Amino acid sequence: MRAFQILIDGFAISALYALGATGFTLIFGVSGVLNLSHGAIMVAAAVAAWAAASILGVGTYAGALIGVAVALVTAFATYFAVVKPIQDSRRIPNEEKEIFVLTGTLLWGIMIQELIAYFFTNNAKTVLPIVEGVVDILGVRTPRNEIFTAIVCCLVIALLWLLVNRTRTGKAVLAASMNPRGVTLLGLELTNIYIVVWAIYGILAGIAGVLLGMFLGVSSYSVGPLTASAFSIVVLGGLGSVSGSLIAAFVVGYLETLTAYLVSPAYRTIPALLLLVFVMYIRPQGLLGRR
Amino acid sequence: MTTFFTSRLFFVSLALVVIAATLPLYVSGYVLGLLTVAFYFGVFAMAWDLLFGFAGEVNFGPTFLIGVGAYTAGILNNQFGWSVYLCIVLGALASVVAGLVLALPALRVRGPYFGLTTLVAVLMLQNFIVVFADLTGGEIGLTIPDVISINAGANYWIALGFMTISAAILYGLSQSPVGLVLQASGQDPVQAGALGFNIVKHKLAAFIVSAFFSGLSGALLVFYFGTASVGTVVDVAVGVNVIVSAVLGGRRTVLGAALGAIFLIVAGEFLRPTGELATFIVSAVALLVVLFFPGGFLGAALSREARS
Repeated sequence: MRAFQILIDGFAISALYALGATGFTLIFGVSGVLNLSHGAIMVAAAVAAWAAASILGVGTYAGALIGVAVALVTAFATYFAVVKPIQDSRRIPNEEKEIFVLTGTLLWGIMIQELIAYFFTNNAKTVLPIVEGVVDILGVRTPRNEIFTAIVCCLVIALLWLLVNRTRTGKAVLAASMNPRGVTLLGLELTNIYIVVWAIYGILAGIAGVLLGMFLGVSSYSVGPLTASAFSIVVLGGLGSVSGSLIAAFVVGYLETLTAYLVSPAYRTIPALLLLVFVMYIRPQGLLGRR
Repeated sequence: MTTFFTSRLFFVSLALVVIAATLPLYVSGYVLGLLTVAFYFGVFAMAWDLLFGFAGEVNFGPTFLIGVGAYTAGILNNQFGWSVYLCIVLGALASVVAGLVLALPALRVRGPYFGLTTLVAVLMLQNFIVVFADLTGGEIGLTIPDVISINAGANYWIALGFMTISAAILYGLSQSPVGLVLQASGQDPVQAGALGFNIVKHKLAAFIVSAFFSGLSGALLVFYFGTASVGTVVDVAVGVNVIVSAVLGGRRTVLGAALGAIFLIVAGEFLRPTGELATFIVSAVALLVVLFFPGGFLGAALSREARS
């Protein structure tokens, strides 16, 4: 019975991790940007969904949509106000752009976090779930919301896969990730591709944030840990490899759930961190990474 | 090196230190306390800049090195009551050992992977502090029975002296042949290696020096605060402050990092009346500096001097 419960809980949390990390790794794969404001964007989406539904009373569906829209806007702001100016800057040497993007997005993330704390306090907020109640699956009492979270995550990831592999835009994105210069030679504007990728990223981060807000709740303190967890999953899977980060998300999700149930919730994150160090040591490029 | 002693930077630094040394004669204990903390942070930032600015490695885990030094010193004093100075020395040594353990796997990887390995080290240290709460005081923090001094002026002078000596050593090192090799390996590791320099050895040395000063500064800070907690010496947010200080002050300048740290801490205090928005404003200012003056304070000043 317990094994089954671990299976269900682990799946839901892993799917959520996977969704959160997918957009992050997509941006890195296409443009080499590590966006350290990732956690802040997810929390902004969740808090917006919470505020719209609980304070303005627009209902759970509209609230969730507003949350995703806020994430989309924030993602665009991140790109146009922080990432693009650094990439276009002539005063920053090319080999240092990476560290400037890291520092810039980190500061940007802190700014968002502080604004959220200022307007909505540091208290944890739980977004009203779209589906409520509990179902009994083979003797395990599971919240419907948990099942809903897992299904939406899987659907969105599947849609993303279709978008990238089956549409013209998706193929352009894929091509840009392999050879940015080649894409410009084909007459495609690289900036347009980056805008598409940031739009996809904003929507993915928004959905992940809103779902997280319904499933576990968030506060402005979640910003750092969320960024760190997406970062570790993505590096464990291999930077830029979407399938690698999907695998890594499930490894980390199940490892954490197993530890929480079988050992103690206090040790929850330690085995995953140890595994990460171990993988870094024997395979520095991550599980499916290319160097 | 000899040109440094005749340069404007040297005289400006000397004048600043002399002025700073006279402060306890006429400012309040409150200001001295603020600057004392800022000086220890200055050493954190300079030690970080040696590794990042010169070796080009983004170390997200400055607080791992700081935390190991701080907690080792604190726990030894708390558990065994050893003398403050012995604890400080042992704290710095522990930090060097921890730096070695971290550097050996971390230096095999580069860029974001290096950053992540060092970040994970911080998260692990945090977890261990919480798990071994009996020894470390857990989330509440560790109480330290002894302090270096209860006199605000004495504490201030110790911090200032420590920062000045550290700055001299770290700056000297950055301008030495070793520093130049580090800089070359940061910019083009392949070419630097082709010239016959053992890059890994140099980076390892930089890591160890960085760890020594971080640990020493962390241990001193603990005996100034009289307490050690995750929030003051280990938290990722503390590491962010260190990194922002170095970038604000001007990377690759070592001395600029200390200026950045002092600015950050003093600005945070000035903005205290704005309440919860203080961190927001400081981050926004830092972001503007990153976007518009990527060389940082000292970088901008030096390039102006070079131009004129």
